Amino acid sequence: MVRLAWRYLAARPLLTALHIVLLALGAGTIALLLLFTGQAEERLERDARSVDLVVGAKGSPLQLILSSVLHADVPTGNIPLEAVERLAADPMVAEAIPISLGDSYRGFRIVGTQPAFLALHHAAIAQGGIFTGEMEAVLGAQVAKRTGLALGATFAGSHGLAAAGGATHGDHPYKVVGILAPTGSVIDRLVTTPLESVWEVHGTHGAAPQAREVTAVLLRYRTPIAAAVLPRRINATTALLAASPAYEGARLMNLVGVGVDALGVFALVLMASAALSVFIALTSALQERRYDLALLRMLGASPAKLFVLVAAEGMTLVVAGVILGLVVGHVAAEALGRWLAASQTWSLTGIAWAPGEAWLAALALVLGAATCAIPAILAYRRDPASVLLER
Amino acid sequence: MLAIRGLRHDYAGRTVLAIDAWDVPQGEACVVLGPSGSGKSTLLALIAGLLTPTAGTVTVAGREIAALAPAERDRFRARHVGLVLQTLHLIGVLSVDENLRVARELAGLPADVGTLDATLAALGIGALAGRRAAGLSVGEAQRVAIARALVNRPRLILADEPTAALDDESCEKAVRLLRDQAAACGATLVVATHDQRVKPHFARALAL
Repeated sequence: MVRLAWRYLAARPLLTALHIVLLALGAGTIALLLLFTGQAEERLERDARSVDLVVGAKGSPLQLILSSVLHADVPTGNIPLEAVERLAADPMVAEAIPISLGDSYRGFRIVGTQPAFLALHHAAIAQGGIFTGEMEAVLGAQVAKRTGLALGATFAGSHGLAAAGGATHGDHPYKVVGILAPTGSVIDRLVTTPLESVWEVHGTHGAAPQAREVTAVLLRYRTPIAAAVLPRRINATTALLAASPAYEGARLMNLVGVGVDALGVFALVLMASAALSVFIALTSALQERRYDLALLRMLGASPAKLFVLVAAEGMTLVVAGVILGLVVGHVAAEALGRWLAASQTWSLTGIAWAPGEAWLAALALVLGAATCAIPAILAYRRDPASVLLER
Repeated sequence: MLAIRGLRHDYAGRTVLAIDAWDVPQGEACVVLGPSGSGKSTLLALIAGLLTPTAGTVTVAGREIAALAPAERDRFRARHVGLVLQTLHLIGVLSVDENLRVARELAGLPADVGTLDATLAALGIGALAGRRAAGLSVGEAQRVAIARALVNRPRLILADEPTAALDDESCEKAVRLLRDQAAACGATLVVATHDQRVKPHFARALAL
């Protein structure tokens, strides 16, 4: 019966293909959304897990987190180095790690910071060692892979954070002293160097300490109570902005989630339309094939076999549509990820499973079974004699 | 082989068929004659177990058909009764040999290539084995329908208006083919028709 069901599908290749494509569009869209949101949440959580608070120049808290933690936006401005020293001395602060942004190399951000920044991201050295002096650089795994820079190589940064870059600081070349092992976090796409390197490149190294600036400082709390006290104090009593990565990350996902939810609803409507189309096709096929079905009963097929025949036809469409949809969703995610990777701001891969995809497949199968049930039951209950005795 | 006693079938409050008694021995060929609406097709459906009579009994090969459970009736029909319909009706999306294969499989019999080829060859249509049923001529389709009815070597063959829309020469060939093939496998043959050209080919007849 299953083989006969496949023959019926093959006898109408265009209609069969349309049903499968429609189902696949819905399933693929949902798969893509699951991959995107799952990986976005995972990345936010991973990149921000060791940072309790970010302090920077007044402006948008979300922009501060995006630029200083996720390295995906331009900074809000600079803050004086002495602010970092005050924060580091605060009894509620366990660690304060300054970062300086502003330059890049072939689209990869150059981050002036301290060695503790690497430990913050659980980075391990794969080759060479950590920077110890000015103009020494440690490359993230992706940076080394894409640029081809090896230990001992020199390069010059460009002003600005865009892939195209601005004016090149050719008179202040960096030297690669270390390459990190892949971590799966944002540090894979960063070039890290001592703070002094950034000041040297921008001519402020020799300036008075109170004149030196950094972009932001990443803080870890010493006590849980700091979460309730420190941000409020900083925002209310200083010219600085304090933003929580956890809070702003959740807010970002809420903002993104509105669009994702809308797309998700659209995808569900697509799948429901496809299921309805399959239902209509199966039901009309029952009428067209009433002689075939009556003939099969005449040849000895039980009503249950006719049920299986109709159900097999419908479920084949659904299963094929879901499988194609998952493949298309993953291919689309991978293609989108490669396109995003060119801008080094976001990563996405299709070579991974999102947790909700199993539910998607189960939902689609249930939907398919519900779609096939009525036509299959009608086939089960059909009286063969009444058809065969028609004139 | 076939025994009918007190058979009556009603439809929409009207008696469409009534036969007091009728017997057909094993291996015999007979014709059921009557005009359209006289109940010929209904009789074949009752014999095949596709309909349950309002009253009376139909016994095929010692088994009272209506007394069998539905699943058993389906199995019995698949194994022991070959049907040739007026509309012939082959499954168009399948090939000729696949149409026969379905009949074998539904009867729970092995669908070996040898049996299928031998059946087609006996009817002179061995070359059509791989052809899609939907593309056959009327004459070819008729032979395939007969082959499908014979492939399980049934004990009883029922043919409903097998000569409808055939010219005299084709009618003669069709009837002779049915009789010869039924005789070859020792099956009882019952042909229901309003076509008077068929009657001379059968010694035994039932008029409705």
